[in-house]
Amino acid sequence: MSQYVPLLVALPLIAAFAMPLVGMLGKTIRNSLAIIAMAGTVTAALLLVYEVLVNGTIIYAFGAFDPSLAIPFDSGGVPIRILFVIDAMSAFMVLTAAIMMFAVVLYSLSSESEQTGQDGYYALLFLMMVGIFGMVTTGDLFNFFVFLEINSLAGAALAAYRINKGLSVEGGLKYAFISTIAGLFFLFAIGMLYGQYNSLNIAYIASVIDLTGLSLVALVLMITSLAMKAGSVPMHFWTPDTYSSAPSSITAILIVSSMASLYAIFRVAFSLYGVTMNVVTIGWIIIILGILSMFIGVSMALPQKDVKRLMAYHSVSQIGYMLVGLGVGVAVLGDTQMMNEFGLVAMEGGIFHIINYALYKGLLFLIAGAVIYRCGTRNLNELGGLGHSMKWTMGFFIIAALAIAGIPPFNGFASKILIYESVFIFNPYISVIAMVVSIMTLASFVKVFHSMFMGPKLPQYAEVKEVPLPMLIGMGLLAALIILFGLFPDLVVNLLIEPAALAFIDQSGYISSVMGGI
Amino acid sequence: MQMSRIVRTTADIAFPFILVYGFYIIIHGHLTPGGGFQGGAILASAMLLLLLAYRYHESIRHVRKTMMKTLESGGLLLFAFTALSAMALGAGYFYNWLSPGGVLFGDIVEVGSALANLNTAGLIPIMNLAVGIEVVGAVSVILLALLSGIKEKI
Repeated sequence: MSQYVPLLVALPLIAAFAMPLVGMLGKTIRNSLAIIAMAGTVTAALLLVYEVLVNGTIIYAFGAFDPSLAIPFDSGGVPIRILFVIDAMSAFMVLTAAIMMFAVVLYSLSSESEQTGQDGYYALLFLMMVGIFGMVTTGDLFNFFVFLEINSLAGAALAAYRINKGLSVEGGLKYAFISTIAGLFFLFAIGMLYGQYNSLNIAYIASVIDLTGLSLVALVLMITSLAMKAGSVPMHFWTPDTYSSAPSSITAILIVSSMASLYAIFRVAFSLYGVTMNVVTIGWIIIILGILSMFIGVSMALPQKDVKRLMAYHSVSQIGYMLVGLGVGVAVLGDTQMMNEFGLVAMEGGIFHIINYALYKGLLFLIAGAVIYRCGTRNLNELGGLGHSMKWTMGFFIIAALAIAGIPPFNGFASKILIYESVFIFNPYISVIAMVVSIMTLASFVKVFHSMFMGPKLPQYAEVKEVPLPMLIGMGLLAALIILFGLFPDLVVNLLIEPAALAFIDQSGYISSVMGGI
Repeated sequence: MQMSRIVRTTADIAFPFILVYGFYIIIHGHLTPGGGFQGGAILASAMLLLLLAYRYHESIRHVRKTMMKTLESGGLLLFAFTALSAMALGAGYFYNWLSPGGVLFGDIVEVGSALANLNTAGLIPIMNLAVGIEVVGAVSVILLALLSGIKEKI
């Protein structure tokens, strides 16, 4: 039994609720509360991850005297309480979210310091973290829906938080619409499963599921809605508007929340349905979504002039890599030989890319925020010569840009090579497309680098200074992790990624962790 | 705009009754239909009655935004800490440690068609109360925000 599981949700929740009250007492006290709550949550998350890696899957039943008891004695062998199931994959997502939360809260302390309405900002930020932590840890479908909604509402409100002559409101409204539609689709799907199997628990449904027509419709609805939330291609149209108009620190968190949706796609595919569905068809559908996302995302990114829109299109393109990597894993699920030969490596690449993507994309958006914070414009044609005055920011940008383009020794290379090599055995063409996309990514970031930092010092930016220290610390942490993950990828893969991939494949292990040895 | 004397007097008379009814719904949440959210909404409708019957500038002296925000946060915090309190006793989050046998709301529910006993259900009435406080605060803040756009000649 671990006491850290509820703290993951309870601490940010209490911080969010207390924020409007504490905000009345003054700025310093509110900021210290934000730091304390963030530190507490991150500590709880790290301790939880450590515990999962040492002891294996942790179950937490809410409302029970003994939370490790998933099935009460008088329930007839059915888990009736809300359960949190934290296996290695969930722990990995918790770690990703915790790192990003740490960086973003530190960054926000400076970047938002001159703005109004900070009480609401921090309250919503913590609510969003509640949503993300809940989504990646819960073992209950309806509970997942609730956290999805918390996350979506807080995200939409935050995306529209700085009204910015109506531009941000448009972005926020789009996000709200998409999230609501996705949420409703997901709710329909839950209803279909609940009607058939009389339970909402993922592990219990997985133990009794068979592929009726209704379950198939539910699967399609779930994958569609979550792919919509993750921003994969046919449903990607909200990402450029929302990512570019939200405050930069919030965009970094929106990235994590799209990762949580991506995680849920594969939680549904691997743990809920597993081999009952037609894995080859579903796998190929996910792979095709991934290829389309990769290619369309990057080709839309090339002509952009707004730095944040450009990065938003790149995030569509990067989502494609994860969909391809994990999609290959879905396609060969149940075939032990192919899984051992390349499927597992492809999945490891996809999962490794999740944390790498969150790190370098988060960093890129924070850098864009830093440039906007000092220069007040996002237009690449107007920017220039910042390399003279913002040296640290430029250094971080070089690291992040090389990482996203997949250049060694940065972390993007480590996960992309895993995907290239394994997917090449599965189907060489996909691998070639992925490499071409990577080159196009490099091309577009060379353009950004040149137009933002190179050239002579421009007269209108003569007064521009380096950004304040908390912002640099937030960015520096992410940059340091990018280099570390790039230099010692085998360590990370062995410690975190491989258990996570194995946890996804091992559906019976997931079921028996909740249902006992049935 | 100020409503007529008839409306204002009716509002004055109805106000305490609506409050009592709202509290009734909240505190009987574990026995009858309704509960924290519904009762809180009824309480907020009493606030709306005041806001509509009197001038906006007059009524906000009684229905203050700071107070409503405090109620909102306070209710939510009460809820979260009630859930957390079980962990201090070594049980799981949200464990209902007051029922059965607690000091408050601790009676054991009788089986069969007995009269409903208010003094049961442990933490659930406390959480209903917390939700009620939260909802009256939140809905009132929304109402105040909606009405704050009114421009009138005094």
